[in-house]
Amino acid sequence: MEKKEENKRQRKKIRGGFWRWVIASVIFRLILIYFPQNLNLSSRPEVSTPLTSLRRLAEGYWLKQASMSPYAGSMYHGSPLLLSVLGPLTVKRIEGQPDHVLCSLLFVIADIMSAMLLRATGWKLQVAYRESLKALDIINIVESSDILASGDIAALVYLWNPFTIVACVGLSTSPIENLFIILMLYGACIRLVPLAAFGWVMATHLSLYPAILIIPVILLMGYGLDAPPRKLFLLKGYCKIGDNNSGNIHCEQEEMINRSKAQIIFSRRPVVLFFFWTTLWSVYVLVLCGISVKQYSGLWEMFQRTYGFILTVEDMSPNIGVLWYFFAEVFDFFRNFFLIVFHVNILFMILPLAIRLNHRPCFLAFVYIAISSMLKSYPSVGDSALYLGLLVLFLDELADMPFSFFIFCGYVGISLLSPVMHNLWIWRGTGNANFYFATAIAYACLQIILLVESVSAMLNHDRKLRKLSVANLQDGKS
Amino acid sequence: MSIRPIDVMAIPLKSTHFFIFLLLLSNIFTPIISFGLTIEQEREEFYEELLLRPLPDRKVLAHFHFQSTAPSSNSNGRHHHLFPKAISQLVQKFQIKEMELSFTQGRWNYELWGGFDPISSSNAKPPGVELWAVFDVPQDQVDASWKNLTHTLSGLFCASINFLESSTMYSAPQWSFRPATGNIRYGMLPREAVCTENLTPWLKLLPCRDKDGLSALMDRPSIYKSFYHSQRLHLTSNKSGPEGMNPGIILEQTLTVVLQPNSQRTSMTYSGEKNVQPSWSLSSIFGRKVSGRCVLAKSSNVYLQLERGLVAELKKNKNNGVGNIASEGFWSGTGFELSVRPDKVFEEENSSHRRGSSVLFEFSVDKYSDSQPFDLGLKWKFPVTWSSEPAPLHASRFLMGSGNERGAIAILLKSADLNDASLGTCSSSNGYKFRVDVFQVVPWYVKVYYHTLQLFVNGQPKAVGDVIEKIHVSPSKDKISPGVMEMVLQFPCDVKSAALTLEFDKGFLHIDEYPPDANQGFDIPSAAISFPNFYTSLLFPGNCSVDKSPMLSKFQEKNPVLSYTEVLLVPLTTPDFSMPYNVITITCTVFALYFGSLLNVLRRRVDEEERLLKSKAGKTAPLSGLLSKLSAKLRGRPQETPQSPSNSSSLISSKLLLKVFLVAVLAVAWQYYFG
Repeated sequence: MEKKEENKRQRKKIRGGFWRWVIASVIFRLILIYFPQNLNLSSRPEVSTPLTSLRRLAEGYWLKQASMSPYAGSMYHGSPLLLSVLGPLTVKRIEGQPDHVLCSLLFVIADIMSAMLLRATGWKLQVAYRESLKALDIINIVESSDILASGDIAALVYLWNPFTIVACVGLSTSPIENLFIILMLYGACIRLVPLAAFGWVMATHLSLYPAILIIPVILLMGYGLDAPPRKLFLLKGYCKIGDNNSGNIHCEQEEMINRSKAQIIFSRRPVVLFFFWTTLWSVYVLVLCGISVKQYSGLWEMFQRTYGFILTVEDMSPNIGVLWYFFAEVFDFFRNFFLIVFHVNILFMILPLAIRLNHRPCFLAFVYIAISSMLKSYPSVGDSALYLGLLVLFLDELADMPFSFFIFCGYVGISLLSPVMHNLWIWRGTGNANFYFATAIAYACLQIILLVESVSAMLNHDRKLRKLSVANLQDGKS
Repeated sequence: MSIRPIDVMAIPLKSTHFFIFLLLLSNIFTPIISFGLTIEQEREEFYEELLLRPLPDRKVLAHFHFQSTAPSSNSNGRHHHLFPKAISQLVQKFQIKEMELSFTQGRWNYELWGGFDPISSSNAKPPGVELWAVFDVPQDQVDASWKNLTHTLSGLFCASINFLESSTMYSAPQWSFRPATGNIRYGMLPREAVCTENLTPWLKLLPCRDKDGLSALMDRPSIYKSFYHSQRLHLTSNKSGPEGMNPGIILEQTLTVVLQPNSQRTSMTYSGEKNVQPSWSLSSIFGRKVSGRCVLAKSSNVYLQLERGLVAELKKNKNNGVGNIASEGFWSGTGFELSVRPDKVFEEENSSHRRGSSVLFEFSVDKYSDSQPFDLGLKWKFPVTWSSEPAPLHASRFLMGSGNERGAIAILLKSADLNDASLGTCSSSNGYKFRVDVFQVVPWYVKVYYHTLQLFVNGQPKAVGDVIEKIHVSPSKDKISPGVMEMVLQFPCDVKSAALTLEFDKGFLHIDEYPPDANQGFDIPSAAISFPNFYTSLLFPGNCSVDKSPMLSKFQEKNPVLSYTEVLLVPLTTPDFSMPYNVITITCTVFALYFGSLLNVLRRRVDEEERLLKSKAGKTAPLSGLLSKLSAKLRGRPQETPQSPSNSSSLISSKLLLKVFLVAVLAVAWQYYFG
């Protein structure tokens, strides 16, 4: 009893600590918001891409106010809905406050909401993880005396990640895009079908690439949360049936088998519901978009200017990806070929990953997000912030990931070097485009290492679980 | 002797015959000739004129003005007497209503050379090539006509006007550039080098070329040595003549040159002073003299214009009793001396300008010939300083910011002098407002954020809505169209200075889109600033010769004051041009790294699983065994299958050996027989 109380108190303390850190992060953001001119983050190529820049959104809103299509000219490439929500906020000025303070506040709120949703998702995941481990009788692997739950850590990491802070303060719309992706994951985790469908539709509408997340969401709906490979449950169930004959236990085992079978069976109902809600929401979003661009030239122009712009990599201003320089240098007659190759590269990996990781849909979602934020046409640090936040959700599983210190150092080094190289090239004129491109290449390699190592660590973890459960079974047998 | 009478008889006989013959001839032909002459008079005409004007900064402005007119084409067929056929074909083919093409080198100095007179507002052009045309075709064919026109003109004038064909180079101004025209296209090439190869085809359009008449003065070295020269071609066609003044085509060719005369220090008494105006003559500034008129020209006149400021200054001096007073007339009495006596002197009808009225001396070139060439000279008797009349607001444009990422364009309008006529005009017209039209074209790689438009009047920031009465923006589309901004600004009358700024991002281009000297930077064409409340017109008293002279009637037209701003040079960031292959290969390597390593992780299996697979393969059918063997081979590991591996392998190898042997034999046979 005493121990429990102590635990409770400790937990309370920890929780108090969590909230303190959250409030501190908000205050930190507010402080940064009040020095926008000094930091000039909004014009950093790492922060604002042609898709997420708030300055371009303000231009689109201005054009709209001047009764022109917001897509006239090649400035704005975002969603018309975002324009009608954020546009008025870009114009409003409060005396004595920095420009765009309202937008910044909105982004801070979006960040906090994403963090909270991440935390809730993390809790869900942890509970499911423990339950499945219990079902496999492997309890020794879980250290119950964690300092913090992985959800809390993920939320804090998301909030205190310099990338997130920079994206939030630097007036890019990526906090909102991230919010919708996390909302989708959360909705799928708690099996709230309309919420998941809404998140998916909005995230796809805002930045196209989350469209591939439909596979993890369907898996989440069908199979439930992340668990060790289903084979293990079956194996265990069969072994136990074979071993035990005494009635009482038998019944329990039957129940368990049924349960594990129920887990394994792909439940179609939520998936069908999800598709229904998806069509509903997408029709709704399209109608809203159609209304807002009706007096100009309709939805077709919107698709061309948003998705077409993403897919054809028209803007070759530098960013932290590799595609801008590639398409600035590649010969014109190869351009279409490489466009196809690079985009298919994202799609190629969907199927193998889905086959191999179908028992871990949340992790699959993380992998997809990481791939798309690495290979997308206009990546920004906001995307990296999202997948780094998600990565922390799998803290327990990925505990023995190799090279983690190296990767951390790489991230730090590149986030310091890249602005320096950019400064040398653009502002001082002493550097060369290759300097900056080299950091972009290094960043891409780093992300590849992170991705590959995390996938391999996750697979190794599954192997370890399998070994443990087989050992358990053999122990039970003998 | 016997022959004589016959001879005597014969001569009168012959002469009478001849007279009769002549009479007959004249009877037959006079109506025709006279008819032809009258038609000729109505029809194709050619005028040549030259205006000279001393400028305040010791320079001389020479403004050649040639005008050819042709009647409407249907009555004349395809043939022309004087009018250049190339131009009339151009007009017919592309249905041009109005067109102007100018080649300019140097920048018109609005502060020193004036900005309020007809020459500065219609002949001072932005550097490089400027072309605009109004077409008389349906709206959807205008672009096609424009493209064809640019190609034709570039062939005609040996210039790269065909670069204006691409849609990123031209724009369609709505109302600010020329009022009330729909089918207008406007393009500018700020970096076109203008030289004698552009002048020669231009001169070919003149009936006398540069062989005779005033155009003979165009000595290439002296023209291209000048501080500013602008060669311009203006075309107006009026198809349905009746209501218009001049049916048919009017081709107006002007060449405006600002020259520095070699100072001949003749006025000894004042030679010590620095601001002594140099004395000059036609032969000293052009190195040539006018040896008579072009015989095909209807009139051939040289004018000398003294500006308002200069005349006022001279009059002041006269009143002070410095110069000789009026017995010989104004022209030779006050401060300067002309080497040729002018045929006529006009004084401007002064309506609104308090500064005085400008004076025009006319010299007719008709009476001069090779033996007695016309050489107008001007000799200053004492130093005079004056200033030309500036535009109501002096417009200048500059870039702000540093670095190659972003910047801002600023247009600064500064009031020249407040005590001047401009104020009077302002307060009397348009409800105490001062209207300024701005027309600016920006290439697409300068990505202007129009929402960042800021206005400062007299140094104070103003809300955009207070000052801008009308604005039309067509934002630039990447690689498709340039950004066009047209604005009507209304300033209060007491405006001293006004500035507007626009922020922009610098674009990043594909490696092929950079010009050969990419680090030189890119040009933003000049902005046109016009003042619709102010008109340039020099009104000379109603005189038949004034009406006849096309140049002077041009001066009398009421045109709004127009001035161009500077061309801006924007340095853009360049990628590395030398290593596209490296970029391609390295990027592809990164992609391969991603793809390969991820796939490798996904399909890696631990040993137990592999063993399981193997044992399964051993049990099952030969097909799956083969498959497993194949996969094992792919994996690069030896496979130990239980069933007689040596047998099969030896079978395979013997077959293989046989094949190899067969091929070798074939090869040897081939070599032996055909080698």
